[in-house]
Amino acid sequence: MTLYAVIFYVLAAVILVATLLAITRRNLVHAVVYLIISFFGTAMVYYLLGAPFLAALEVIIYAGAIMVLFLFIIMMLRVEKMAERPFSLGQLLPPVFLGLVFLELVGLLAFTDPGGRVVLEAATASPRTFGRFLFQRYWLAVEIVSFLLLIVLIGALFLGRASGRRRPEGTEGDS
Amino acid sequence: MIVPYGHVLMLAGMLFALGVVCTVARRNLVMILLGVEIMLNAAGIAFVAAALRWQRLEGQAFVLFIMAIAAAEVSVGLALIIRAYRRTGSVDEDTYDLLKW
Repeated sequence: MTLYAVIFYVLAAVILVATLLAITRRNLVHAVVYLIISFFGTAMVYYLLGAPFLAALEVIIYAGAIMVLFLFIIMMLRVEKMAERPFSLGQLLPPVFLGLVFLELVGLLAFTDPGGRVVLEAATASPRTFGRFLFQRYWLAVEIVSFLLLIVLIGALFLGRASGRRRPEGTEGDS
Repeated sequence: MIVPYGHVLMLAGMLFALGVVCTVARRNLVMILLGVEIMLNAAGIAFVAAALRWQRLEGQAFVLFIMAIAAAEVSVGLALIIRAYRRTGSVDEDTYDLLKW
């Protein structure tokens, strides 16, 4: 077992434990902070698998921008401690069974497929190579995605306006 | 020599399952969005591993697009949550039963 393999398994354990803790937290802020740990681990997995540029983007966009956005929204919402009603056993059994079947199938596919036993060779795509590839092959997709981001910006502004429907007319200053 | 390709796929699959559990089982709208983020992240890990497996850069390019989609989805989703919260004063998903009969 090489050093890379040890690093990968430790990272995988950290990611899974942090995500498991995140999805079971009652407090939303704690959940978001655990998820930030999980995303940092994912960034290191990207780096290990030869994508340093994507690792940087993962830290900047996922662990930075998106999670901070979540934190802001959680602070705005004044979430009361609501009691999460647990599911009853009859409700819980079918999805748990189906989830176990799903996991078993994924494991079976991953371990019996001869393609899954191929050991990954360490290789790195430098940001320069990656950027050149992206803008030569997929420049149209990049343009479409940037256009989508513009649309989303307008949409989020539109949705986030103070609608004032619940308040009486004329008390708000915005147009 | 890092690890077999299947082990990375197992990691991605387990992470995806955790995201599904978070989306389905939690009753809070913010936690539902977090579950979707976890699932997109798991898909990204699978894509990067596939890019390394076949030594092609397409997988990494797709992860870039996944990140853009995730940012778009989460900003619109959170704006919708804010709007719904202004209407009803709650982020519990059971509050939103207007279309039930």
